[in-house]
This record gives sequence, C-alpha cells and structure tokens, in this order.
Amino acid sequence: MTTPTTPRPRRGPLPARRFVVGALGLVLLAGLWELYKLLGPADGVVVAGVTVLPRTSDLAMPHLWVMAGRALEPVTGAGNAAPLWQAVVDASLFTLGISAVGWLVGVTVGLALALLMQRFRLAEAAVLPWIILSQTVPLIALAPLVRRWGTQIQFGAFSWESWMSVALIASYLAFFPVSVGALRGLGSPDANHVDLMHCYSAGWWKTLWRLRLPASVGYLLPALRLAAASAVIGSVVAEVSIGLRGGIGRMIVEYAGAAGGDPGKPWAPIFGSVLVGLVAAGFVGLIGLGLRRFRRGEVAA
Amino acid sequence: MSAPEAIPEPAPVHGKAASLAVDVRGVSRVFAGRKGASVTALDSVGLTVEPGEFVSLIGPSGCGKSTLLRLIADLDTPTTGEIRVFGKPARQARIDQDYGIAFQQAGLLPWRTVSGNIELPLELHGAGRAARRARAAELIELVGLSEFAGHYPDQLSGGMQQRVAIARSLAESPSLLLMDEPFGALDEMTRERMQNELVRICAETSAAVVFVTHSIPEAVFLSNRVVVLEPRPGRIRDVLRVGLGETGARGETLREDEEFFHVVSQVRELLHGEAPAGARGVEAR
Repeated sequence: MTTPTTPRPRRGPLPARRFVVGALGLVLLAGLWELYKLLGPADGVVVAGVTVLPRTSDLAMPHLWVMAGRALEPVTGAGNAAPLWQAVVDASLFTLGISAVGWLVGVTVGLALALLMQRFRLAEAAVLPWIILSQTVPLIALAPLVRRWGTQIQFGAFSWESWMSVALIASYLAFFPVSVGALRGLGSPDANHVDLMHCYSAGWWKTLWRLRLPASVGYLLPALRLAAASAVIGSVVAEVSIGLRGGIGRMIVEYAGAAGGDPGKPWAPIFGSVLVGLVAAGFVGLIGLGLRRFRRGEVAA
Repeated sequence: MSAPEAIPEPAPVHGKAASLAVDVRGVSRVFAGRKGASVTALDSVGLTVEPGEFVSLIGPSGCGKSTLLRLIADLDTPTTGEIRVFGKPARQARIDQDYGIAFQQAGLLPWRTVSGNIELPLELHGAGRAARRARAAELIELVGLSEFAGHYPDQLSGGMQQRVAIARSLAESPSLLLMDEPFGALDEMTRERMQNELVRICAETSAAVVFVTHSIPEAVFLSNRVVVLEPRPGRIRDVLRVGLGETGARGETLREDEEFFHVVSQVRELLHGEAPAGARGVEAR
C-alpha cells in the first residue's frame, strides 16, 4: 500500500525562536564592543607600526549608551533643532524611497533582460557578457556621468532631478542579480516539464506563465533580496558622489566631520542606513511569504 | 468489452490507415554525433496500433523504444519515414491533443495540488473552471486518490505521484495513451498494483496504449501485442501476440497462469536471441 509521506519538516527554527536568536546575536555584538573598549589598550594594538585593532578612546569608540543618548538630543545647539533620531529617520525614509525606485527599475530591467535572453539564445550570447562586465564599472566613475547626462534631459514639464540620478545608479546595481538569477530560474524546469508543455502545444508565453516563472521563484527571491541590498548601498554611495542632500548617505559624511567634538553623532546615520537595509530585506521577505507555494520541494519520485 | 478469451485478429492494416490509432512507416532516426559520427537510433521501423489496442515496446536499453515513443508524440521528428496518428501527421495530432502522455518521472508541478496538476492541460486549452473541477474530481476518483485532491506532490509517495500523472494524461479523454516506462521508478509491489489499475483504467476508457517498458512480465501482463526491439541499430525483432484475454478481464490470477509464463519465456527468448541459459531471469522483473 502506498502511503503519503509526511510533509517536509520546516527548514530552520520557528519564527519566534529565530527572532530570539537574532536578538541574542545583537546583544553579543554589543557586548563585544563594550568588552573590547573596557579591556583593549587606549592606543589600540599596533604591530610593526601598523594599527591592527582600533583605539579604545571615547572619541574612537564611544560607549553604546553615548550613541543612544546622543540620538535623543537635538541635532545642533540651536533652540529649534529637531532631535537627532528624527533627522535620521527622515533621511532614512528619503533614502529608502530612492532605493525603492531604484529597486523597482532594476528589477523590471533585470527581468526584461532575463526574459529576452531566455527567449532568444542569440540574445543570451550577445547580452550576458555585457551584463557581467557592467558590474566592473566603479560606481564613483559612473555617478558624475549619470548626473551630466541627466541634466541634459528636459522635455515639457519634466526635468531630470538629482534624486533620479541616484535612483538610476541604485538600479544599475540592482538589475544585475535579478537578471542573472531570473535567467537561471527561467531555465530551471526539467526537460520533462518542458516536453510536457510541448505535448500540450503550449506556446512560449503559456509555458512562461505556467512553468518557467513559477519554477524561477526559488532563484528569484534571493536575487531580489540581493538587489534590495544593492539598491540601498547604491543609493547611499551615489548620494555622496552626486552630492544629493537630504539622504542618509550625505548625512553620514556630514556628521563624520563632527566626530571630533561629538563622537556619538556620526553613529546615528550609520544605524539609520542599517535600518534602511533591514526594512528593504524585510520587504522582500514579505514577497517571499506571498510566493511560498512556489517554493515547495521538488518532486522526489 | 466483456468478450471471452479469444482475441479477434485485427484486420490487415493496408487500406484502412485512417482508422489506425498509430501508423509508423519506414521510420528512421539518426542522431548526428560529433565529428560526423552518427548514431542510428531507429532503422526503418514499421508499426501499427489499432484503436483500443495495448501495445508494449520492449527491448534492451539503446534499442530506441523511447525514441520511437517520442517520435509518435512529436517530441522529435524522424529522419526519414512517416508517422500518422489517427490518420493525421504526428504534429497535427499533437496540436489536436489526440494523445495523453506519461513519463517515467511523474513530472508533476510541485506548486500545484493534485487537482491543479490534473487540471493543467484543461486549463491550457481553455476549459472553464467548473468543467475543470468536475473532470479533475472524476479522474482523481478513477485513480483512487479522492482524499488527496488538495495535497501537493511532495506530500505523496512515488506511486501516488505516478497515479496523478496518469490521471493527468487522461484529462482530455484521449483515444491514445503514450507511456514511457511510467512504473520504472516504482518498487515491485507498487508496480503490480499500478499495472492492475492501468488494466482497469484502459478497459474503462478504451484508449489505445503504446507502452514502453523494460520489464517482460509487465509487457505480457498489460499488452495485446508485445513488440520486441533490438539495439544498434534500433529495429523491430519480432511482434508477439498475447492471447491472454481482454485487457479489462485481466486480474491478479493471470500472473499465476500457465499461459502467462509461457508468453513471458517466449518474449525472453526473443529478447536474448537464442536465450542463453545464464541470461534467464536477468530481465525477470
């Protein structure tokens, strides 16, 4: 008698437990920081003239509570200044918005390229090497170019703005993992399944919708997560190199200058950028939750 | 369907090509290898299958039995020769969905439930939602998986997955079933159960079947005719008519039948040429 096998056990621990383990990791990291600050030499560890471990002075490594306390205080000494945390949240949201636009554009372009390459073998041979090569162009070199080209675009009421340059650069980083991951995913169905669709005389579009796209979800989700992280990093770096105000990238550079007199201040935007990354990753996690059905284990006959 | 032992001899094939389920004429398939080397998988093969007839293709690996099935399914095209399915070219028959197909791997889509997998061909060909539901329920009943309609393939055993694949191949009530070692990956006991079920299903649907296998008892148990192929180049060595009664009337007792063993050893002798003593039982599955 054939009997049904039990459903596959969950991979990894339960969500609640995972959360606790994650929080423990954070506490451990904080503990390490404070422990080194307590025990490490004030001038750092220097081997043969090279500093291998940082100095532990309050300037170089402020206490965690100094960072936290500073975040609650106003940005500047001026009477009407907003608290630092609020400024950081505003800047984070600004950067998150630009990253989201960059991510969307990047994902769209990446998917379109993958579909093109899947459809035409020739396109894959012609385009794939350039896609890989595109990622070797340094971001810093790209930023001024994009900015200059952007300022020349103007038609009707539309004019190119600096944040668009930043989003474009973010998308330039984001499209890469998507196009490569989606191409692998679209090509992942067994010959068996492809034969079956052929037997049903299903055309390319039907095969794409019923077979290739669902089969690619397992490859696509990690690619989307990678794209989200790339978009955030791209936005932060591009803000700096393009000189766009209002975002977290610019804030990191600005506040770094204040480190001498106000060591807690530069850390606030750094944590802000970590927060942006977490929110972006969490968003992709939500997408993954919605597509759970397509990530079931492959059939073991 | 309730005829006794005697099997009516199918009439000669010439002149009634249109009424044949499958008509393979002088088909060769040559695979081009590297550096001009080529492999002849099939060499001028001719074969006909009557409507409602169960024909097994058996032979050692490399004899082209799967290739022949793929040619009939229009998953591949012959180098020379002609294949007609219900009087139409194989390509047209595929487009018209004249056959259902099942492979050795069940090939179910992991993200669809049992019901969803069976509905797939109906969905692709534009059947309405209600009609699809009803047909799937009917077929799930037929293969005895009623309790599992909402399960996903990874929750089923290999035998159950294969039953779903067979149900899927029957979805559009084809008059021809093409099966490529569908029970090849199953254990012996599951396999015999599946054979019994297939015999019953074939009797209920009265579809013609072309069945590729490498198991002699399986071929003999299921078939009206067993086609024995030989390798390099793939040719038909002989065709054996199995007079074991109507497909639908075959049951567990047949496996103990004297005649059954007789035909099994006949096929074995054909497969091994002069039947060397040491080779007996090698292909006894």
